[in-house]
Amino acid sequence: MEAKIATEINSAPLEWRQRKSKKPLSEKIIEGLIKGGGFSSIVFILAILFFILKEAYPFLVGAFDFKEFFFSTEWNPASVVKIKYGTFAILVGTLMVTVLSMLIAVPLGLACAFYISEFCSPRLRETYKILIEFLAAIPSVVWGFVAIMMINPLIINLFDVPIGLNILNASIILALMSLPLIVSVGEDALRAVPESYREAAEAMGATKWEVATRVLLPAAKNGLMAAALLGVGRALGETMAVLMATGHAIQIPDSIFEPGRTLTATIAAELGESPKGGEHYQALFAIGLMLFIISFIVNVSADYLIRGRRK
Amino acid sequence: MFRPSHELTKKELKEKNYQNLLSTITFFLFMPALIIIFLLFLKGYPALSWDFIFQDPINGMTAGGIFPTIVGTFWLVIISVIVSCPLGVIAAIYLSEYAADNKLNRMIRLAILNLAGVPSIVHALFGLGAFVLFLNMGTSILAASFTLAVMNLPVIITSTLESLQSVPLSYREASWNVGASKLQTIRHIVLPNSIPGILTGLVFSVGRSAGETAAILFTGVAFYLPFLPKSVFDQCMSLSMHLFTISTQVVGVPDAYPFATALVLILLILSVNSISVGLRYYFRTRRKW
Amino acid sequence: MKHAGLLLHTMFLFAACSQNSSTFIIQNKGSDTLVNLAQAWAEEYKNVNQDVALAVSGGGSGTGIAALINGTVDIANSSRAIKQEEREQAKKNTGKDVNEFIVGMDALAVFVHPKNPLEGMTLEEAACIYGEGGTCTHWHHVRNTVVPGCKDNRIIRVSRQSNSGTYQYFREAILGKKRDLKLGSMDLSGSRESIDLVEHTPCAIGYSGMGYLNPRIKALCIQKEGNSPCIAPTVDTAIDKSYPISRELYMYTSGSPSDAVKAYLDWTQSDVGHAITIKAGYVPARKR
Repeated sequence: MEAKIATEINSAPLEWRQRKSKKPLSEKIIEGLIKGGGFSSIVFILAILFFILKEAYPFLVGAFDFKEFFFSTEWNPASVVKIKYGTFAILVGTLMVTVLSMLIAVPLGLACAFYISEFCSPRLRETYKILIEFLAAIPSVVWGFVAIMMINPLIINLFDVPIGLNILNASIILALMSLPLIVSVGEDALRAVPESYREAAEAMGATKWEVATRVLLPAAKNGLMAAALLGVGRALGETMAVLMATGHAIQIPDSIFEPGRTLTATIAAELGESPKGGEHYQALFAIGLMLFIISFIVNVSADYLIRGRRK
Repeated sequence: MFRPSHELTKKELKEKNYQNLLSTITFFLFMPALIIIFLLFLKGYPALSWDFIFQDPINGMTAGGIFPTIVGTFWLVIISVIVSCPLGVIAAIYLSEYAADNKLNRMIRLAILNLAGVPSIVHALFGLGAFVLFLNMGTSILAASFTLAVMNLPVIITSTLESLQSVPLSYREASWNVGASKLQTIRHIVLPNSIPGILTGLVFSVGRSAGETAAILFTGVAFYLPFLPKSVFDQCMSLSMHLFTISTQVVGVPDAYPFATALVLILLILSVNSISVGLRYYFRTRRKW
Repeated sequence: MKHAGLLLHTMFLFAACSQNSSTFIIQNKGSDTLVNLAQAWAEEYKNVNQDVALAVSGGGSGTGIAALINGTVDIANSSRAIKQEEREQAKKNTGKDVNEFIVGMDALAVFVHPKNPLEGMTLEEAACIYGEGGTCTHWHHVRNTVVPGCKDNRIIRVSRQSNSGTYQYFREAILGKKRDLKLGSMDLSGSRESIDLVEHTPCAIGYSGMGYLNPRIKALCIQKEGNSPCIAPTVDTAIDKSYPISRELYMYTSGSPSDAVKAYLDWTQSDVGHAITIKAGYVPARKR
């Protein structure tokens, strides 16, 4: 369902949409309301930006120090010596879990998309699609709980490391969480390749595998990249699960078995206890602003890839 | 007698291997999730009972049941749907039936995609800044539900759009040709025929809101409340938040309790989603075109 | 049909709104340390006085006091004493003086995995492990300890998020007011998570309220100085303050408390209230 947001926003033919009828005033008012409602998404996106900026503003013009914020590894808002708002270690942690989870999820997810779209029987496809939807429905906090109770001891026993709440744990959970999105967007991309491409290749004697790798892969390249990008967006923005799985330590992890921290988890863990309007509270909104901008870039790029394909 | 050449069978063999590899990967991708649900069931089942579901938590949330959290989740979900449904349907009607192919239209689509892609914790910050503080709702069911409603808007818009699209253009033309205005056509022909899709989207968004934790963290849920919420201006407990608190904060909770809570949450969401999937199949088989 | 359904729901909601408005609600917010106790009291008080209900939420001492300053709570829970400037701010905002009630005591226990042979440590050693600039990164730096089952003998520091009252009190108790805790510890969201983690991790060391200790982890006795006796965290040592890491827990009201609030606060200091305090793992306040 969520995958469709990216791929399947269509409208009735333009000719119908532009058709206008003579109408009484009441209809004019209602149509005006509909138009107003149509803009609601833009209004909300702008409102999100506005209110986050509003809360972060005093920090951005005050204690904010560009070099410290982006390049210091010390995030120490409760310090009694020198309060520091450095997000570098947290950025690195975010990047590590995102990259590692995508290394797991993208190849597997795209392989799965290929299989479901091209190789399996229609009946099996329906079954898998329902399974994907159920998988996508498992809430974040349950995944976090699973990370603590199941993946944590598994990692300790499997790799003989002292601690199981670490980058690897969070990456596994994020991979499992973003798979449904990657698979369904990837599958949509493959289905969007015209049937005639497949027929042409098969007529020349290509096997199904050859069609998949030599014809479909290049043809659906953009859509598949968009699938990966949307997966990245999902992994970056995930909150509760990574809060519980990463170990939540402010350090640059020197291996995937070390605990780390992410931007989202920092907000979730600290906002509740920072008094409203304080500097720390505003700094957390500044992190929120950063997350908003990152996710905006990721989503716009994914959209560009998908729309590009449709043209 | 024609026999396939040696090369072809080798190729076929290779083909078969690749296909088997893909099907194995796909199959095993779903294994972890199934195993996890199975384990949750195994470990949570012993604590699950009618008392667990219908009793209040007692002894500092280390015993008793989870009833108030279920009630709270119910409030949040219902109110968020009441808010987001009309807004989402109207936005979808605009996009499907009115919008011109111009820059503005393109921006709306981009906004929808971004609204869906913004991290839930950023939605929470927005809810805190806009609803709790600016609109002065305080931390309340209302503020949390509004936050959830904004989060769910893209889902409802998309599913409504999809079902509006599934109504054939010929229906619209037929209505137009007997003299109905555009709005009348939409009201009497297009909308009634796309109710199934709208319902599917609604039910799906119900499941999504029920599991959401980050967005309601600062906008309306309390750690513990000794009473059920009486109005939308009260705070409430929620199933998802309760799972977070008893698995990280409350000491002395029996081991099976968080498992049972997770199980109830998952079963609730899966059954809601089953309704959504079921609705979709039911309407698909009944479709008149 | 759909609209009828929505309408029905709305009506149901508003009907629900108008009922039962006679109950007096006491808003009670603040310290996460105190939230478990406040919650246990609230739960029992429901049976004592049907007409009064307590809405308890956590969020930390700072949040509670901030809410008191803004006048949005009746009782602010805090695990630290209110600062002078906060008192003045509250006076300025609400026009009322802040009233202080000591409702109980809490001792922070430092604990390790049961396999860890260590039985006690000095405050200085705790500072060496947790403090900024501290050099104790491995267990053999602390009394030459070797922890079986702990690879590399490395110390895994389990801490709490930096604005929690527990964190700040722990920092003050072992480092004083002029030194920070070292970054890089696992800053967990709650006591249960800290204890669970240490229970399953031989290398780990953690701290939490004394009431949360269980037999599956080992609480260390604490020496104030190298030559002072090693005191285990118990109710008695917390009350007589011989245990070095113990503190008062406060509830604050804006102005003198209303009758309902006063009755509730008095009840928490009754024998029933004290029994609940002990059961929740805290130490009753000394009778004054």
